[in-house]
Amino acid sequence: MSRPRTLFDKVWEAHVVSGGGTAPALLYVDLHLVHEVTSPQAFEGLRLAGRRVRRPELTVATVDHNVSTGDRRLPIADEISARQIAALVRNAREFEVELFDLDSPEQGIVHVIGPELGLTQPGMVIVCGDSHTSTHGAFGALAFGIGTSEVEHVLATQCIVQSRPRTMEVRYEGMPAAGVTAKDLVLALIRRIGTAGATGHVLEYTGEAIRALSMAGRMTVCNMSIEAGARAGMVAPDETTFAYLEGRARAPAGSAWGRARRDWSAWTTDTGAAYDAEVRIDAAALAPQVTWGTSPGMTAEITDRVPDPADAPSEADRQSYRRALEYMGLRPGTPLEGLKVDRVFLGSCTNARIEDLREAATVARGRRVASGVRAMVVPGSQRVKAQAEAEGLDRIFTDAGFEWRNPGCSMCLGMNDDILAPGERCASTSNRNFEGRQGRGGRTHLVSPLMAAAAAVEGRLVDVRALMQRQPAPYA
Amino acid sequence: MQPFTSHTGRAVGLLRANVDTDQIIPKQFLKRIERTGFGSALFYDWRYGPDGSPDPAFELNRPAAAGATILLAGPNFGCGSSREHAPWALADYGFRAIIAPSFADIFFGNCCQNGLLPVVLPEAQVTVLARRAEADGEYRITVDLTARRVTDGEGFEAAFPFDDYRRDMLLQGLDEIGKTLLEAARIAAFERRRAALALGDRA
Ligand code: SF4
Repeated sequence: MSRPRTLFDKVWEAHVVSGGGTAPALLYVDLHLVHEVTSPQAFEGLRLAGRRVRRPELTVATVDHNVSTGDRRLPIADEISARQIAALVRNAREFEVELFDLDSPEQGIVHVIGPELGLTQPGMVIVCGDSHTSTHGAFGALAFGIGTSEVEHVLATQCIVQSRPRTMEVRYEGMPAAGVTAKDLVLALIRRIGTAGATGHVLEYTGEAIRALSMAGRMTVCNMSIEAGARAGMVAPDETTFAYLEGRARAPAGSAWGRARRDWSAWTTDTGAAYDAEVRIDAAALAPQVTWGTSPGMTAEITDRVPDPADAPSEADRQSYRRALEYMGLRPGTPLEGLKVDRVFLGSCTNARIEDLREAATVARGRRVASGVRAMVVPGSQRVKAQAEAEGLDRIFTDAGFEWRNPGCSMCLGMNDDILAPGERCASTSNRNFEGRQGRGGRTHLVSPLMAAAAAVEGRLVDVRALMQRQPAPYA
Repeated sequence: MQPFTSHTGRAVGLLRANVDTDQIIPKQFLKRIERTGFGSALFYDWRYGPDGSPDPAFELNRPAAAGATILLAGPNFGCGSSREHAPWALADYGFRAIIAPSFADIFFGNCCQNGLLPVVLPEAQVTVLARRAEADGEYRITVDLTARRVTDGEGFEAAFPFDDYRRDMLLQGLDEIGKTLLEAARIAAFERRRAALALGDRA
């Protein structure tokens, strides 16, 4: 019998075109996703070298990063954003790449629309000029972010040069309590191993708590793998995966569906296969997580207090803790629960899927956004938006005083006009709390959609579990 | 791509941990559709105060840092977003090499694509180099990729690991696409095999 292999080993080995061993391998790419910010220089490079896109039919483009989430009928106010979007339209036409443009019903954040259209499938190698490409690993694909030179390389060759990463199993033991979600599972991991804890590794998430997650939850977990420094994150496909994909616009259909499903079930880790590293996390013991600093590793439980830099493990940590607390305007020992927020952002490729909005709506329903708080909901895609409107979620949010916006990356990175003012404190469902990420001087606390909705209605960071008990009827 | 064989230059220390690419080049500068012109926005939020004037306390603004071509950085340098604008900005500003205890994966690769050499040395050694650079405006460091070695005029000498594939590319200033296209026959053969797998060929 052949040696037992991990899911990662299988996907990697199935895609090696040449090389490998100790040298980097040339890997074949099954799906290349493209957006407006990291692609213009790549297309320009092709043009200058007189090269074509090798497999336009394996390439899909959308606009998301700097689109306005306001009224789409208005011309784009920012001239330079308009130029970048126009460049992608031109490049897509010239190189015959399919583009979901601003007025397409499929437009949305690249990591939301890939899965939603059924483009993302088990066993694939997927790349995109964006670090959160790790999201697609939720389907048992090997998916990772690349730089613009590599985007150009993939466009020209449909291949990517990669040195083989190591593997790490992240096993969640037990089931999380009600109110503790996928976002909390992954924040707890980053808190444990740090933002460089998985550098050079591909993570495979396993355990009961992962199996029980919806595809949306698995995508949230895989999405933030990069925040632990990992090259990618993966979850082996199962019935949940297949049920999600069945009937999607670009998923195999008819007789091809049966065959694909059979082939896909082989993308799992064999019994006895070894990982290079392992982490175990007790999911049952977790409370909702919240970041207190300026790196996703600076995470605590909502029941904790702001840490004292003096207690940090090393001098370098003491310095970065001090810097972070100063930036965040926080004092050591302050309880996290009760911190007043000015803004709430529900969105991003981490948490703007229909399931995330449904979850947040269970808290928002029948309540009001606290006075003085500006809260916005930015669906991940046009489809998510339409689905939410069909279910009446938009009304739950707007009745509660949330703004209901158009899809895009929005305040996840603040490239459009959705930004924090200096000193504003924000509960955000996005993935990065770096200095200035959501606007210069803005103070970001990363939380789950449930926790963000709770912060909006209470006007401060709170433990959503208490709030949930006060509202017995869950959203149907 | 500009080849990198060996480089001697002045250095500046920026020893904070986990410097992310949002700090290296804030997003408001990502809207250009060219590869050049990012140097003036490098570390923008740290380099300039809210009124746009240079912050004298920021490491790169100190007089001793003028003309530095080697950046001495902290662990996990370049984490966060995959934006290649970060190495473009560093190179455009004038840096030829970055020496740090560790780099984020994507950033490391992006540097190599742009002739900006990422060098991994233990934290204690980076600190020594930074201290010397700060103390002496005439201090020079040599980063030699051919020999995979960092030296200075004061007796410092350390070897650094660097994989052969990327080293060859950098030494020769090779275009990776051109290199891969030499394998066109293998790619085509793979595509014929792949057609038998259910991997994303859309209806
Ligand atoms: S939502 Fe945020 S993290 Fe996701 S792709 Fe957009 S900018 Fe990147």
